Amino acid sequence: MNRINRRDFLRLAGGSALAAGTFGFPGLLLANTRKVVVVGGGVGGCTAAKYLRKLDPTLDVTLVEPKTHYTSCFMSNEVLSGDRSIESITFSYADLKDRYGVNVITDSAVGIDPIAKEVRTADGARLAYDACVVSPGVDFKWETIEGYDAQVAETIPHAWFAGPQTVTLRNQLLAMPDGGSVVIVAPPNPYKCPPGPYERASQIAMYCKHHKPKSKILILDPKAKFSKAGLFKQGWAQHYGFETDNSMIEWVGAEQGGKVSAVDPASGTVKAEGGDFHGDVINIIPAQKAGKIAHDADLVENDWCPVDKRTFESTRHPGIYVLGDASSASKMPKSAYAANSQAKVAVAAILARFAGQEPGEPTYVNTCYSIIAEEHGISVAAVYRLSEDGKVIDSIDGSGGLSPMDASAEHRKREVTYAHSWFRNVIDDMMQ
Amino acid sequence: MKKTVRHLLLALLATFPTAQAAGPTAQALAFTCAGCHGTDGSSVGPSSPSIAGMDPDVFVDAMLDYKNERRSSTIMKRIALGYTDEQIREMGFFFYRQPLRVKPQQTDPEMVALGKSLHDSYCEKCHEEGGRPGDAGTLAGQWMPYLEHAMSDYLNDQRRWPRKMERKVKEVVKAEGERAIPALIQYYGSQN
Repeated sequence: MNRINRRDFLRLAGGSALAAGTFGFPGLLLANTRKVVVVGGGVGGCTAAKYLRKLDPTLDVTLVEPKTHYTSCFMSNEVLSGDRSIESITFSYADLKDRYGVNVITDSAVGIDPIAKEVRTADGARLAYDACVVSPGVDFKWETIEGYDAQVAETIPHAWFAGPQTVTLRNQLLAMPDGGSVVIVAPPNPYKCPPGPYERASQIAMYCKHHKPKSKILILDPKAKFSKAGLFKQGWAQHYGFETDNSMIEWVGAEQGGKVSAVDPASGTVKAEGGDFHGDVINIIPAQKAGKIAHDADLVENDWCPVDKRTFESTRHPGIYVLGDASSASKMPKSAYAANSQAKVAVAAILARFAGQEPGEPTYVNTCYSIIAEEHGISVAAVYRLSEDGKVIDSIDGSGGLSPMDASAEHRKREVTYAHSWFRNVIDDMMQ
Repeated sequence: MKKTVRHLLLALLATFPTAQAAGPTAQALAFTCAGCHGTDGSSVGPSSPSIAGMDPDVFVDAMLDYKNERRSSTIMKRIALGYTDEQIREMGFFFYRQPLRVKPQQTDPEMVALGKSLHDSYCEKCHEEGGRPGDAGTLAGQWMPYLEHAMSDYLNDQRRWPRKMERKVKEVVKAEGERAIPALIQYYGSQN
């Protein structure tokens, strides 16, 4: 029964001798403190900043982020249903400063000089770095939908960055009459949070079911299929009459003419291949590309940032590590958990480089929950490794996958409690 | 006595860094768990359990049971299948070395008092020191919704009973009725 045996003891003892030989002299002896500048205070950037300082407190780590508070996109759909407040998903950067000793600068990075190794900010600061982490998230390709831009988005919100637009969308749902129509325009691949638009439809349906039961939610989609589709459709059938005459949610995919080309804000009409659709409330989630600073710093090829998937170092500019939604990290999705996992891979690579060592073997995980109804959660998970040729982050055979179809009510209910645990622990792990 | 010797051996083992085999380090593997189980395995709840300070045998058994479908789960089977048995052992040692940081939970003092007396009579023999981390798992300071899931799984034949536990649980339920298990869970949740 006892699984810790003598062999373990010898192996571990041998390991310690090896380690003592390798790590006998800590980096403290170096004359200059190594500097890391982290651009972007989302999941990737915060996790990287915290873990750099956690693993090497001698490092000088600076986080550059224009907003004073972080509002998580994950769980923001629950604000739309009224299940939680915007305050409950808004967090201060204080712990990163006070507990982990990260210099947090409220400012925007406007350029990165990879030769001089300097980040320039809007306020005119020049921040020297030995390694730079760029985790700017996504930006929109506004031009893909005629009539839609940042100005229009104040009244026809995308709410794809949680914050004021999440509240706007919630208030529009509150003001909508019973029997009103909600139109959600889903984006083409790739985009951040693949199941997000469909969880959003679910959470809006959850609100309407209780408060505006005659209302309809229409999803217009340029894709022929979508993330967790089988599980969403099963949940929608169970809770919202999906594919009956009285379905609260309708999905119009590419083959049914779901691709949207234009919006007319004045009349509240969306123009899709399958026809014009009126919405009392319209939510447009446009096509996406890497965040602005990634473009300004010349880190982008075909909308996203190519990286060495072993380290997340940019293949365009050495010394700059691009994490999270902005990176091309195929086959990992653009998700919070992926960004958190990638940050730890990049931190290990940066520390190895500072120590003059080769980067270690990376390991990555993604876990993503969606909440379809009060007691109905679903998930997708994957454990990844780097492919032999180093080109692809591959899911390990036999692991991962979706929640089972036809699971018990207890199973679905537990996944909601684990979704909430996921939320609290990701926030804690990145910034608390 | 035997337990003390084993504990000392584990403590000694845990002071050594893990041997560097091919593949990701134990630390790299363990860091990927944090998004659900908290930084270094101390979960901030509400229902995913803390795994910091966990006895490595308990960790390994749990992961292998998930992997081999001997224990029901929502997501852990899918995750456990991503690791070799050796990687699971490495992760077990990593988490054993981490201090368990416990967050306070709201509990009812009367239920806690009842739970403590029931624990002392029925559970303490295996779950020593009020259920502190040991070779019978971690109960003290564990998240209560997780303990509810675990007990529900035992009672509904979704999880194998450890030796003697079925008899003890059935005895305590017989003696104290339906409130026995909630009281025990409140007692464990009250500790920090």
